[in-house]
Amino acid sequence: MSADGNHVAREVERIHREDSRRILATLVRLLGDWDLAEEALQEAFAEALSCWPRDGIPTHPRSWLVSAGRFRMIDKIRRDGRFERLPEGFEDLLAAPADDPAPEGADLPDDRLRMVFTCCHPALSPEARIALTLREVCGLATEEIAAAFLVSPATVAQRIVRAKAKIRDARIPFQVPEGADLRERLDAVLLVVYLVFNEGYHASRGAELLRTDLVAEALRLGELLVELLPRGEVKSLLALMLFHDSRRRARVDDAGDLVLLDEQDRALWDPESVQRGQELVDSAFASGEVGPYSLQAAIACLHATAPSSEATDWPQIAGLYQVLRRTSPSPVVDLNAAVAEGMAWGPSRGLARIESLLGEGALADYALAHSARASFLERLGRIEEARAAWTAALDSVGEAGAQRRFLERRIARLG
Amino acid sequence: MKYLCLIYGVEANLATCSNEEMGKMILDYEAFARGIVQTGQYVAGEALQPTSTATTVRVRDGKTTVTDGPFAETKEQLGGFYMVEAADLNDAIQIASRIPGARFGSVEVRPVMDIHSPA
Repeated sequence: MSADGNHVAREVERIHREDSRRILATLVRLLGDWDLAEEALQEAFAEALSCWPRDGIPTHPRSWLVSAGRFRMIDKIRRDGRFERLPEGFEDLLAAPADDPAPEGADLPDDRLRMVFTCCHPALSPEARIALTLREVCGLATEEIAAAFLVSPATVAQRIVRAKAKIRDARIPFQVPEGADLRERLDAVLLVVYLVFNEGYHASRGAELLRTDLVAEALRLGELLVELLPRGEVKSLLALMLFHDSRRRARVDDAGDLVLLDEQDRALWDPESVQRGQELVDSAFASGEVGPYSLQAAIACLHATAPSSEATDWPQIAGLYQVLRRTSPSPVVDLNAAVAEGMAWGPSRGLARIESLLGEGALADYALAHSARASFLERLGRIEEARAAWTAALDSVGEAGAQRRFLERRIARLG
Repeated sequence: MKYLCLIYGVEANLATCSNEEMGKMILDYEAFARGIVQTGQYVAGEALQPTSTATTVRVRDGKTTVTDGPFAETKEQLGGFYMVEAADLNDAIQIASRIPGARFGSVEVRPVMDIHSPA
């Protein structure tokens, strides 16, 4: 291959890496069929590899690839006589001009958003939404998704195939919902992104290194959504993830053990992530649209910008948790509210609140509830009770891992 | 595209309904049905007699067996259905969410298979 040919091949590879998902999204819209679009995408890149060394790289490579894919599929459908598969509106597609005049960029963002909303449709199972989003929006390979979620590639492949069949057979539309539907559907989208992030961030199972990729993918998805749909809750979710991720280097010690927030070396927190998160939170609150992610991001922001655990604005955090308890009640939010109250107004108050929550039963198997209780008991000097509480926490942690080692260390430290 | 909306609910609750509640329910259903007839989305719809009237029929090796009751005992029972014409699943979900029974029980939305296209 000539030097020029090498250059073209590298360029095709770059466009494939950076833009193939956007091109696919547009092809899905144009062809109205997911499988046809995948095929069209491959054909388009194959055609680029054979035409571009001869004709040069086009001015608008993405538009070129969309057109090429679309027309290769039209040819194929005509040749195979697969007319029974023709999507609705196919006549319009045939009538469209051969050289697509759509300017680079102007055609694509909406299609990626359509793709996100289709992949995260609540009519699909949560596992399928996650797998489909990582596959179709992020472009992860089936094997990568399987490794990240510790399931077999066959399982992931089957989830994706079934989800696509449901999209086709139940006719889940390739569209961004409007009006009142948008908020509900957006919640489903944000949840998928946050689940991907948490799966990578908490890494309670399996080899941790493999799973940090999920954090990067969730952040990329968050950035993409902020770019495409800059609403308060969308910005807040990205901010929340950035605040968590800013502590990546501080939350695990050299031995791979977890370090609690109040014992972390704050110099290790990434200032760029914190600053970007802060800007996003400010802008979310300025928009006046405050939801559960905005509240959580505001709490995370107060932690991230505090010089130390003692100098944290705990009363404000406790106040934000009270609002969160009203708008999105859950046992975990109750627990966090209780901890914040203990930090703001003294360990006895925190302990009393946690014990009343444990009395209600919802948190009995939740290790963090026992840990928080143990921590307050320790601060009150009730060491033997603290030991029993740390042990209860240890009993609630099933598998071996960083969390288990952390608890064992806390018990050992009591002497 | 046609979707079948299967309306499930706890039959026992229906039996304890007051006349007033029942009257309101009937009015709600009438208003809903009128709405989808007007928009051209209505294809068919019926309410069913309770499962105590159900009979299950099976043919095995050419032999017909008939048993009393629905084919499976479930927490919620099929009480009626609408067949609707909708643009896509979002449209069908929108219609289903307005069926009065969705407020008490559940509505299962199933696309109708188009037998003219290959499976």
